Amino acid sequence: MSSSETGIHPTFEKTARSFLDNSQLRSNLGHATRTIRDKRRGVVDEMPDWEELREAGRQIKQKVMQNLDHYLLQLETSVTRAGGVVHWARDAAEANRIILDLIKERGETEAVKVKSLTTDEIGLNKALAKEDIMALETDLAELIVQMAGDEPSHILVPAIHKNRSEIRDLFRDKLGKPDLTDNPAELTEAARRYLRKKFLSAKIGISGSNFAVAETGTVAVVESEGNGRMCTTLPQTLITVLGIEKIIPAWQDLEVFMQLLPRSSTAERMNPYNTFWTGTTEGDGPQEFHLVLLDNGRTQVLADPAGRETLHCIRCSACLNVCPVYERTGGHAYHSVYPGPIGAILTPQLRGLSDKSAASLPYASTLCGACYEVCPVKINIPEILVHLRGRVVRHNKNWGGIRGKVNPELMGMKWLAWTLRSRSRYERAQKMARKGQRWFMHDDVISKLPGMLSGWTAMRDLRPVAEQTFREWWRTRS
Amino acid sequence: MNISLFVACFNDTLYPETGIATVQLLERLGHRVDFPREQTCCGQVHYNTGYQDETVSLAKRFVDIFSDAETVVAPSASCVGMIREFYPKLAILSGDRKLIRDVDDLLPRVYELSQFLVNKLELEDVGACYPHRVTYHPTCHSLRMLRVGDAPLRLLKKVKGIDLVELPGAEECCGFGGTFAIKNADTSMAMLTDKIARIKETGAEVCTASDNSCLMHIGGALNRQREEVKVVHLAEILASTEAASTETNSPNSGYKKSGSQNSGSTESGPTKSGTPNP
Amino acid sequence: MVEDPVMSTAKEAILQRIRAALGDDQPGWGTQSTREDTRSLNIERGYRTHGETKKQQRVGLFVRHVEEYKARVSQISEQKLPQTVADICSAEKVKKLVIPPGLDEKWLPGPESGLTFLRDEPDLLSYDELDKSDAVLTGCFRAVAQTGTIVLNAGPGQGRRALTLIPDFHICVVRREQVTGIVPEVFWDLEPVIREEGAPVTFISGPSATSDIELDRVEGVHGPRRLHVVIV
Repeated sequence: MSSSETGIHPTFEKTARSFLDNSQLRSNLGHATRTIRDKRRGVVDEMPDWEELREAGRQIKQKVMQNLDHYLLQLETSVTRAGGVVHWARDAAEANRIILDLIKERGETEAVKVKSLTTDEIGLNKALAKEDIMALETDLAELIVQMAGDEPSHILVPAIHKNRSEIRDLFRDKLGKPDLTDNPAELTEAARRYLRKKFLSAKIGISGSNFAVAETGTVAVVESEGNGRMCTTLPQTLITVLGIEKIIPAWQDLEVFMQLLPRSSTAERMNPYNTFWTGTTEGDGPQEFHLVLLDNGRTQVLADPAGRETLHCIRCSACLNVCPVYERTGGHAYHSVYPGPIGAILTPQLRGLSDKSAASLPYASTLCGACYEVCPVKINIPEILVHLRGRVVRHNKNWGGIRGKVNPELMGMKWLAWTLRSRSRYERAQKMARKGQRWFMHDDVISKLPGMLSGWTAMRDLRPVAEQTFREWWRTRS
Repeated sequence: MNISLFVACFNDTLYPETGIATVQLLERLGHRVDFPREQTCCGQVHYNTGYQDETVSLAKRFVDIFSDAETVVAPSASCVGMIREFYPKLAILSGDRKLIRDVDDLLPRVYELSQFLVNKLELEDVGACYPHRVTYHPTCHSLRMLRVGDAPLRLLKKVKGIDLVELPGAEECCGFGGTFAIKNADTSMAMLTDKIARIKETGAEVCTASDNSCLMHIGGALNRQREEVKVVHLAEILASTEAASTETNSPNSGYKKSGSQNSGSTESGPTKSGTPNP
Repeated sequence: MVEDPVMSTAKEAILQRIRAALGDDQPGWGTQSTREDTRSLNIERGYRTHGETKKQQRVGLFVRHVEEYKARVSQISEQKLPQTVADICSAEKVKKLVIPPGLDEKWLPGPESGLTFLRDEPDLLSYDELDKSDAVLTGCFRAVAQTGTIVLNAGPGQGRRALTLIPDFHICVVRREQVTGIVPEVFWDLEPVIREEGAPVTFISGPSATSDIELDRVEGVHGPRRLHVVIV
């Protein structure tokens, strides 16, 4: 696939190591995730029908995936009927090309943009910049990230890794305001003034979308700051990129997701602003609306019945906020616009397992299950992680050449399974280990192991094989 | 009741005292315990690491060995979680109809120890005595997969002499995750460091759980850091009695070996001098 | 990766990929007829579809939740509206007040208030004029007690979307009978409007806000920074 996200990235474990040493990052992240986590619990606990909503959300998404072709065609018809134009893009390059052409045909060189993971995924800003079109990020955090030349690290709070003084320094420099303090209200005001001029004169708006209703052609943007309203209301032309999995069948289904999403994501009863538009409306908002339907690997995910559920994701980020791994490594270690547990299952499926970085992600989890518990559409993330580990193992066996066939983990696991399939081999292995471990023992414990296992003993002791195993003790009884 | 013990391979090999304690506890409660010697491993490590084909063969073995058991009890929440949650799925994936049927048939008879005691036997007070300050770590698999709920805590609360202290941030993972601790050793260690800090905050002498895999992880670092806190499996606390409490001076430990392990009696920490005896 | 068949358009290619992914190309598996069945399948909607039935309690809950968003709330009788609007405007130093088409003229303060009304008809106000205004006065379609949300659907007295977006201060009049209990009720009420007119819908839950800097909530980013809800 030709996603601009594809590139050579290091594996999760390599990057994580360097982030773990960044104590500023860890304290920013720890504070942020704990705050949202506690707030989420509060607004979820006040819902007596939360589980019923989750189940309805799951069923609706499942129905969508099973009939995706039907709903896409229906959406196309409804959007067209309402005055919009629908485009189809197989991959990132095709989507970027469509958007570029739309902007160029209108003779524009600038667009205002509302935070969207999907446009990040296809690397839209860079693609536009190559042809001298500036896509200005208008979400405060995205603006911060864009100004810093940085990458987002959280689905919902992309600048979660930056603290106020880092942001003050950035704004002083980029907005030419040397007197700014690090008061968040003052920093926000500076961004408001800068962006307002841009909004009022913008001719092109670009957005992603949270939901698109097949039946009515209605498209939704859920947000907090009002930049989404600005971008989808004020410009003459609005271009929206929609991942094909974001579709829902009927208007009524919004009542489910508009309860699940705000409480799971920003931990609010309702986020400050939601905009729902249906094609174009004369005299109100953009007079031209283009909807770009994007595949970019999604049909690949759909093709795996055991991984398909990943497409149910509504991008709330609740799983990030409860993930003990994400909390420590931060989002950048995932090398994807989709970090955290959901990223660990989505990225490898979108990019394919030949991408070493993506293939390392299913292992970036202890399978503790906290993500599954909070997921508003009940995606069984731990189970999909394990399923993908299986796919990685098979992929390496089949496509990894000779190195894939003799890699120590595969050999070890095969040997272990062989041993465990017979009592006598297993008992012999216990005895051999007891003899062999003498070489590694110190003070009754094993404190240094070679090879792969050294990861354990670098910081932890290991209990040795007992002088008398349980089964040996049992034999003495009978 | 006739109980077939599935001891779990790492308990068998590294933590025999947990298996012994389980036998003593169940026998003390008047049940007949059997240990089918053919048993080895449930296949969890293979399954979680992505070796599903290898797991199927181990699952078949397990089901064959225990098919006639009246009840299967295991002192390991993660192994029981593996069996209950994933055996049915594996069986379907394998396409082996006999396996699907056998798994379906066996599952309702497989219990994790604390669930067996509280839900099946409807017991909370098992007549244990353990006069020590103890904190309980609910392991992820017992909490979120097996959903044992407060069964272990209800059992612990009824233990004589125990000073049970709540663990802050109890529900957070210790960072073990099987091969995660090796593949992502640094991240795992960062999580473990926080867990250990929480345990130390409680001032407990003992950290307990219903799974030795997590305790092996926590205990491994406590030992390396020369901390006084010991890790002890729930079964060992529940097996401890007043009589045993008078033999030695410290709570049984995951590390310090003693002869009592071989003699087959669960050593148990007797009243420390100064610890109030209820 | 599914091979693109020899197909001329991206649309056909994507649809083809989906059908292949869902197994339609395999005989006897996921045939068109079973797919139809899953589409007509009813979703189990075990969640609540109606909230609090007593109006008084609904209004009370709405007020509490709106106030949590740091919006101001006044509860008055309808005939006091002109005076209340005048008072709010004078307290907030509003001189130029935007009036959407179809707003009840009886709500407006008299000339003694010294207010200039900027009307969006017959000619539309420019963005610049809106930017230089001080406030906008509107009605609404519904309000939701459960979440403290105001729902606009560009109906009479609400105006096009820009009117409630560019001015810095939004005064919104909510009639007590417009307050519904929970979220599904408002989607139910909106359905005919969406089907027939495709009108744009905006949900407003307090003034705009950001928590992007260290999760410190700052009220008022790009939309109106202040919101005053007047319940009549």
